[in-house]
Amino acid sequence: MSSEPALIGTEAAPAAPKRSALRRLIRDPQADITAGLLLVFVILGLLAPWVTGHGPNEAVLSAVNAPVGTPGYPLGGDQNGRDIWARLIYSINTSVLSALIGTGVAIAVGLSCGLIGGYFGGRVRGAIEWVFNLIMTFPGILLLIVLMPLTRGDFRVTMLIFGVLLAPGTYRLVRNVTVGVRNELYVDAARVAGLSTLRILGRHVMPVVRGPVIISTAFLMGSAISVQAGLAFLGVGSSDVPSFGAMISYGFLNLYVDPLQFVWPALLLGVSTASLVLLGNSLRDALEGARPKASKVGATARAKAVPRSGDDAGALLSIRDLRLSYPDPGGEPKPVLNGVSVTLNAGETLGLVGESGSGKTQTAFAVLGVLPAEATVTEGSIRLDGRELVGLPERGLRALRGREIAYVPQEPMSNLDPSFTIGAQVVEGIRATTAMSRSAARARALELLGHVGIADPRRTMGLYPHQISGGMAQRVLIASAVASRPRVLIADEPTTALDVTIQAEILDLLRELQREMGMAILLVTHNFGVVADICDRMAVMQDGRIVESGTVLDVFREPRHPYTKKLLASILDESVVREDPPVLIGDTTRGPGHG
Amino acid sequence: MAEPLLQVEKLRVQFPGRGFRAKPHEVLHGVSLAIGQGEVLGLVGESGSGKTTIGRAVLGLVKPSGGAIRFDGEDITHAGARRRRELARHIQVVFQDPYSSLNPALTVGDILSEPLIVQGASPRDARARVRGLLEQVELPKDTADRLPREFSGGQRQRVAIARALAPRPKLIVCDEPVSALDLSTQALVLKLLIDIQQETGVAFLFISHDLAVVRHISHRVSVIYTGNIVETGPAAAVTSDPRHPYSKRLLVAAPLADPVEQRRRREERKRLAGQDLPETRGTQAPSR
Amino acid sequence: MVSYILRRVATGLVLAVLVTFITFWLLSFSFDGVVTNVLGPAASPDAVEAMREQLGLNRPLFAQYFEWLGGVLRGDFGVSLFTSEPVATAVSARLGVTLSIVLVALVLSVVVSVLLGVLAASRAGAVDRLAQGVSLTGLLLPNLLIAIVLVVVFAINARLLPATGYTPFGEDPVRWAASITIPVTVLVINGVANMAAQVRGTMIGELRKDYVRTLRTRGVPTWSIVYKHALRNAAAPALVVLSLEFLAMLGGALIIENVFALPGFGSFAFNSSIQGDIPVIMGITVFSVMLVVGVNLLIDLVNGWLNPKARIY
Repeated sequence: MSSEPALIGTEAAPAAPKRSALRRLIRDPQADITAGLLLVFVILGLLAPWVTGHGPNEAVLSAVNAPVGTPGYPLGGDQNGRDIWARLIYSINTSVLSALIGTGVAIAVGLSCGLIGGYFGGRVRGAIEWVFNLIMTFPGILLLIVLMPLTRGDFRVTMLIFGVLLAPGTYRLVRNVTVGVRNELYVDAARVAGLSTLRILGRHVMPVVRGPVIISTAFLMGSAISVQAGLAFLGVGSSDVPSFGAMISYGFLNLYVDPLQFVWPALLLGVSTASLVLLGNSLRDALEGARPKASKVGATARAKAVPRSGDDAGALLSIRDLRLSYPDPGGEPKPVLNGVSVTLNAGETLGLVGESGSGKTQTAFAVLGVLPAEATVTEGSIRLDGRELVGLPERGLRALRGREIAYVPQEPMSNLDPSFTIGAQVVEGIRATTAMSRSAARARALELLGHVGIADPRRTMGLYPHQISGGMAQRVLIASAVASRPRVLIADEPTTALDVTIQAEILDLLRELQREMGMAILLVTHNFGVVADICDRMAVMQDGRIVESGTVLDVFREPRHPYTKKLLASILDESVVREDPPVLIGDTTRGPGHG
Repeated sequence: MAEPLLQVEKLRVQFPGRGFRAKPHEVLHGVSLAIGQGEVLGLVGESGSGKTTIGRAVLGLVKPSGGAIRFDGEDITHAGARRRRELARHIQVVFQDPYSSLNPALTVGDILSEPLIVQGASPRDARARVRGLLEQVELPKDTADRLPREFSGGQRQRVAIARALAPRPKLIVCDEPVSALDLSTQALVLKLLIDIQQETGVAFLFISHDLAVVRHISHRVSVIYTGNIVETGPAAAVTSDPRHPYSKRLLVAAPLADPVEQRRRREERKRLAGQDLPETRGTQAPSR
Repeated sequence: MVSYILRRVATGLVLAVLVTFITFWLLSFSFDGVVTNVLGPAASPDAVEAMREQLGLNRPLFAQYFEWLGGVLRGDFGVSLFTSEPVATAVSARLGVTLSIVLVALVLSVVVSVLLGVLAASRAGAVDRLAQGVSLTGLLLPNLLIAIVLVVVFAINARLLPATGYTPFGEDPVRWAASITIPVTVLVINGVANMAAQVRGTMIGELRKDYVRTLRTRGVPTWSIVYKHALRNAAAPALVVLSLEFLAMLGGALIIENVFALPGFGSFAFNSSIQGDIPVIMGITVFSVMLVVGVNLLIDLVNGWLNPKARIY
C-alpha cells in the first residue's frame, strides 16, 4: 500500500450518488448547443434535395455573382452562376462523409490493434508497434497529395487513407488504457475464473476503453473535416464535388468582389469544427469527471489556526490540538485530524501507531509543512523548539527543512527522481541546506553513503534509482535525510515497503544514527513489532485523534484504551500454530507428508 | 501414499530480459512442492524470491520453461486455453490487493456470478449461489447489488474469497491475501479463511512474506529464497525451529510486538548476521 | 548511448526505405495514366510502348524500385518527366520554404507550450485559466480559416506584413522573417493548443508524485523542483505528442502555403501529382520522409538523453 489515502473515506465510503454520464451530458448546455448545431447541419445535409432549388453544379449565366436574396438564390450565386445555398448544403454531406470515413477507419484500425497490442504484449505488440511506427513515418497530408495519381483526388479514397494516418493516435490511446486494465488483478482473476480472451476484452477492457474512444471521436471528426476542407482548398479532388474547402478557395479569390461568398462556407466550416471540439470537451467532462486540477507548488496548507499557548516546556517538537480538514467532493470541509496533541523530546524515538486512515501520515506531513494545497489546518499549533510552524510561509519552512526537520518516506523507489543519478540527488540535497561547493558536497555525499552501509558508494553515486534495490534506495534516502544532522527526523513507515530482513537492518541503521547524532525520531508505523523494536514512547491514533500514549513498556504491558487493547489482541501470536490435520473429504485419500 | 492434489516438480520459470537482446532472467530454478487434498501449504519468502511466480504458474498465468505441474494426477504444465478454462472449476485464486482485484465497474453480484455463468450455470442458479457465498464469507445480503468501492479493504477481500469459492474448487492459490489489510481486519480474514478451509476441505497454496500469518493457517510450510525452496516441513517445526540458515534469519528478522522479547531477538539476529548464507542452489535443508 | 543512437538511425533508415517502397508500389497502379499524360491522349500504341520501355515500366516492380533507390543512394533523383529539370534541384528549391515555416513553428510551439504548460501546472490560478483558454480556442478553428483571417487583418487591411510571397533567408533575413511570420503564427496557434494542454496535464501528474514532496522536505528550492526535476520527467509523453504534432504541422503548412502563395512543397506536390510526374513525386516523398525520420530521430535522442530508462530499449 502506498501512503495513507489523503482523504479518509476509502474505507466504507458511502455510495457516491450514481449519475449516469448521459444525464450529466444532457445537463451540460455546451453539449446541448453544440450537439444541436451539428444535428441541424446533418439533417439539412440529408434533406439537401428538398431544401435547395438547384443542384450544386447547376450553373446559370444570369446567376453569376448574384446578390443575396435573388429569387431562387437565397444566398446569391457564385462566379460560375451556381446557387451558393445549394452548394453549402451539399457541402455538408461531403464533410459528414469525410468525417465518417476518416474517423471510422482510424477508430476501426486503432481500436482493434490497440486492444490486441495492449492485451497481448510481447511479439504481437512489438509487430503492431512497428507497423504504426511505419505509418507515422509517412509524411502525413503530403502523402494524400502525392497519391493523387492513384486516388484521382476522390475525397472518399483520400479520407480512407487519412483514416489510416490518424490511426496511430487512436492506437496509442487504446493501447495505453488496455495495458493499464491488463495490469489490474481483476483481469487475472477473470482469466483464472475461466473467461475467454474475447469475453475478457468485451466485459472488462471495452467498458474502460469506450469513454476515451468516444471522446477522441469528436476530435478526430473535427480534424477529418478540416483536412478535407484544406485539401479541397488546395484543389485536390473533383471540382464537381461541392465542399467547404473549394467554396472557400473561390471565395478567397473573390474576396474583394463579394466577401460574403467567402464568409458563408467559412462560417459553416468554423462552426462545425468548433462544435466538435467543444462537444469533445463536454464529453470528456461527462465521461471522465473532474480533470486533475493544478495547484501551486510550495503553497502551504491554508491555516485558519489560532496558535495556542502550550506549556510543553522542554519538548523539542510539540503538537497541540491539531485539526486538519480536506474539502470533500462537494467542497465541504471534511475533518481528517480532530485535535492531535503529542510531544517529542530531544533524542527520543516516538512511535505514532494506527491503522490506515487514522491520520498518522497527515500529522507527519503537517509537521513538515508538505500537506497538499487543498488541506486546511483549522486549528492548533506545531512548535519546534518553541517556534510556531503553523502558518509559516514556504520560505520560512524551507529554511527549516533538511536542516532542523528531515523526512524518510515509506516507498523508497517513488521518492527518488527516476531521471537523476543517486549522486546528483544526494548532492543537491546537501547543497540546498549548506553552503558547500559542488566538490565538497560530493565528498560529503560519498562519506554519507558509506556511513549508511552502502558497499560501493562511488559506484552507487553514478547509478539511477531503477538500478538499485529497494533496501539500498531506502539507505540513500536516509543518508540524504541526515545529511545536515537534523534535530528531528520524521520517518513515515520507513520499513513497510521492505522485506523483514532489510527492515531489521534499516531499523538498526536508524538506531545507530540516532545514537550518533542525538536526533529525535517521530516514527509513523502500523507495525507493533517495529514500535517494540525501536521506540521509547508511543502514541496510538484512531480517527484523527491520539487515544493513548505512554512509554512503550507501559502501553504494551497495560493498555488502557479499548482500541489499543483491540489492536494488541489482533497481533498474531508467535506461539499459535495450526494443529488440526488436513481436511479429508469423501474418500480416504490422505494428504502427504504430515504426520 | 496417495497422489497429492497438486504436485510441482523441478519447476523453472524464465522472464524475457528487459531491453535490447537481453538475456532471459530465470526466477525459479527448479522448485518442487506438493499439496494434499484439504491441506494448507504455506509458502514463505521475501520479495523477488519467486513465491508469487509459483502461484501464477499453477494458475496458468505464466508459462513454465521447465519442470512439471500435476493437478489431480493430470499434467497441466502446458495445458491449452480450453483445458485451462475447464480447470478454472478446480483451481481458484485470492490476490493480495483487494482494490485492484475487483472490477470497480461491476456490482459484487456480477463479480461473483461471472465464474459461475462461464461454467454454464443459469442466471437463476448463479443468483442463489451468490446468496450462499455471501453468507459463507459473512457479508450482508444486500452486498450483491453494491459496487466494490462501497466496501472497506477487509470486506472487499471477503468478496474476493467468495469469488474464489464460487465454483467449489479443490485448490485456492492465496497470494498474500491478508498483507494489504489492517491489523484488526487481518486477524478476522485469516480466521475466516481457516474456517472455510475446515468446512469445505479446499486445499490452499498460501503465499506470504509473513511467518506469523503462515504459521497460523498452514499445515506444512516451505521456505523459498532466490528461486529455490530451501526448507519444507510441518508448520510448527519450520516456523519455530528452522534448520536452514536463511529460514533462521527470516524468523529472527521479524520484530516481536513485545519490547522485552524483541530486545532478546535482536541480539539473536545480530549473532546470526555474522554468519554468511550458503549458496542456495541445491542446498535444501534435510527434509523432516 | 552510442549503440542506442546507431539502432535508432538504422531503424529510421529501414522505415524510410519501406515508406518510399510502399509509395512507389501504390503509384505503380497509375503508371499507365502517366504515360498518357506525357504523350497526350492521341498517342499511338507504338509510341506508348516505346515510352513504357524508355521509362522501364515493363520491368518487374522490384527492379524498377531498386534501380530508383540505387540512383537515390548515388545522389541521382532523376529528372522531371515534363520539365526535364533535375528532381534534386527542383525539390530542394521548394524545401527551404516549407522547412522554414515548419521548423520555426515547431521550435516556437515547443518553447511556448512548455512555458505555458509548466506555469499553468505549477502556479495554478490565473495562468492556469489562461493556458486552458488558449488550448481550447486554438483548437476550435481549422488552420485554413485562421490563416485567411490573419492574412486579411494584418497583411491586406493593416498592411503590417507581406500578404504573399517568400524571401529566402540568405537574401534578406528580415524580409524572410516577415514573410513567414503569419504562416508560422497560424501553425503555432494550433501547435500550442495541443502541446500546452499535454505539458500541463503531465506536469500536474508529476508534481503530485512522492519524489516532489521528498525534494521539498530536503529544502530544495521550488524552481529546481519544477524546472529541473518535474519537467524532465514530464518530457517523455510530451515528446510523443511532439512527433505527432510535427506531422500535423507539415500537413498544415502545405495547405496554408497556398493562402500566402508561398512556393513551397504544397503547391509543388499538388502540381506534380496532377501531372503524374513520378520522379518528382518520389523525390518529394524521399525528402519529406527523411525530414520525418530526422525529426523523430531527434525526438528519440532527446528522450534517451532525458530519460535514463529509455536508453536500454
